[in-house]
Amino acid sequence: MKVYVFKRLVIAGVTLLGMSILIFVLMRLAPGNITDIIFESAGYVDEADRRKLEAELGIDKPVAIQYTRWLGEFVRGDLGKSYRYDLPAWEVIKPRLPVSLELAFIALVFSIVLGVPAGVISAVSRGRPIDYVLRVLSLAGLSMPSFWLGMIVILLLVRALGWIPSMTYVSPFENLGANLFQFLLPGLAVGYRSSALIMRITRSTMLEVLREDYIRTAWAKGQRQTFVVWRHALKNASLPVITLIGIEFAFLIGGLIVTETVFNLPGVARYLVDAIQFRDYPIVQNLVMLIAVVVVFANLTVDLLYTWLDPRIKYGNA
Amino acid sequence: MAIRTLDVPLHDALPEAHGWGRALGLFIRKNPLGAAGALLAILLIVAAIFADVLATHNPIRTSSRVLVAPGSEFWLGTDNLGRDLWSRLVYGSRISLLVGIASTLLGAVAGGLVGLVSGYMGGKTDLVAQRLMDIMQALPILVLALVMAAALGPSLTNTIIAISVVIAPRAARVVRASVLAIREFVYVESARALGARHARIALRHVLPNTFGPFVVLVTAQLGGAILAEAALSFLGLGIPEPYPSWGRMLSIAAAEYARKAPWLVIYPGLAISFAVFGTNLLGDALRDTLDPRLRGN
Repeated sequence: MKVYVFKRLVIAGVTLLGMSILIFVLMRLAPGNITDIIFESAGYVDEADRRKLEAELGIDKPVAIQYTRWLGEFVRGDLGKSYRYDLPAWEVIKPRLPVSLELAFIALVFSIVLGVPAGVISAVSRGRPIDYVLRVLSLAGLSMPSFWLGMIVILLLVRALGWIPSMTYVSPFENLGANLFQFLLPGLAVGYRSSALIMRITRSTMLEVLREDYIRTAWAKGQRQTFVVWRHALKNASLPVITLIGIEFAFLIGGLIVTETVFNLPGVARYLVDAIQFRDYPIVQNLVMLIAVVVVFANLTVDLLYTWLDPRIKYGNA
Repeated sequence: MAIRTLDVPLHDALPEAHGWGRALGLFIRKNPLGAAGALLAILLIVAAIFADVLATHNPIRTSSRVLVAPGSEFWLGTDNLGRDLWSRLVYGSRISLLVGIASTLLGAVAGGLVGLVSGYMGGKTDLVAQRLMDIMQALPILVLALVMAAALGPSLTNTIIAISVVIAPRAARVVRASVLAIREFVYVESARALGARHARIALRHVLPNTFGPFVVLVTAQLGGAILAEAALSFLGLGIPEPYPSWGRMLSIAAAEYARKAPWLVIYPGLAISFAVFGTNLLGDALRDTLDPRLRGN
């Protein structure tokens, strides 16, 4: 087990190192360097100022040195400076983190609460109308852009109830009820899409498990359907579902980007879009790297959860 | 010793040949959802091909008649710049379809080649290629596409490239998996025994047999590619004006007029949803037909 954890940590490290190179190269594909962009809005460029800024940013140095310097700073937790806000990036990110985490968590809860039961019901009643209805609903979830779903929900509220949802962020410490209420709709908009994926994988693994001998034995013993389906079958069908939930975490971040924009929530994903639009490239580079770290560790956690969930898997000699 | 022949007439043993109509009827009965998907996909293709005929106005010409409600002159109303929404949606199908198909094919072919080489060669090549693909998959689809699009700048070509980069590692994985299985088949071994070169075996004997999973993958990714384009354009990093992109139509500008002109929000979103829904349904049906192993039932 220890060997396995060590191996996985090394692979995660290699992936992140590669990721950092990829991001670094990508950010240098953009035409012009950061100083051009910063001075662009001023319209006037003093060559001395510009060189001073280049030196300050270190972009007068060779690329390899720039890269190692950036990586060193990132590893030490220095996320650079936001040119738009004229603040250390961490100061801008810190208050935004709980917003994104809360939204991601609520969305994840929605996706599991909606997705797993829907998948189980669909598998148990395979080929019957309810199966078709649930499958169409889940496919619809995969087909609708989550930002559009958010817009439609707001529109419906305004039209039907004449009620305009508050577009200013309320902190949970200020007013927990109002905060949760505010996150409900965006959470649902993001979670619906993820629930569709979870429903599909739950359905297909449940169909496989339900055919196994031990399930037939359970039926033959005369156990109740609820017990056979939800205890015996779902337990063994949960492994791929949990993998997917881990991968879903990555999808969720994608969903957050547009949903935070539509619902005007001051989260990290929204800040990424802002930073890209205002070409605050040092921040984009660090934020994307931060997202990569989160995703890689989410996957790692899921892999390690396996051993705990399925004792048949032994990693010691893997 | 006489060889016993089957005394069953051939036309009894084989199912009777169906006409096209009956085959279609059978497909619809066996796979109603797939048929619905095919219908939606055909509608999308028809709209894209016959946009010139179907559109009632010039999709990019602005006019003073802004935010006119849907009616007999402007079927789906006009936007904040006085452009006819119906005509913009019809022309928008071209953008969606073009970006969707081009980026999916580009990504799938590039990724597929990587998968072919990596699966066929194995060893160190495989290890390096797989790690590279892992790295590219370590970012959420939209984040990678967003950064790519931002780095390259918003344009039609760059949007296609950004989305294809996201699709490539997924294609590589699928093709590699089937190459690994096919590589072990006896006919590959006999080709090798006959002295065929690696390139010939890979391209003539292995590649054609990965076609099934490849088609399934392409259809499955098509919907995702259309959605990615919509999201990128919505954020202003995809297709620039004046191209009528469905995602772009929903951008912040539309949200501002949503209360006064809800049609600006409703119809482009419906267009995206139905296009993606259709390709997803079709993708599922194709997967069930071409690759029964993935059916999961």
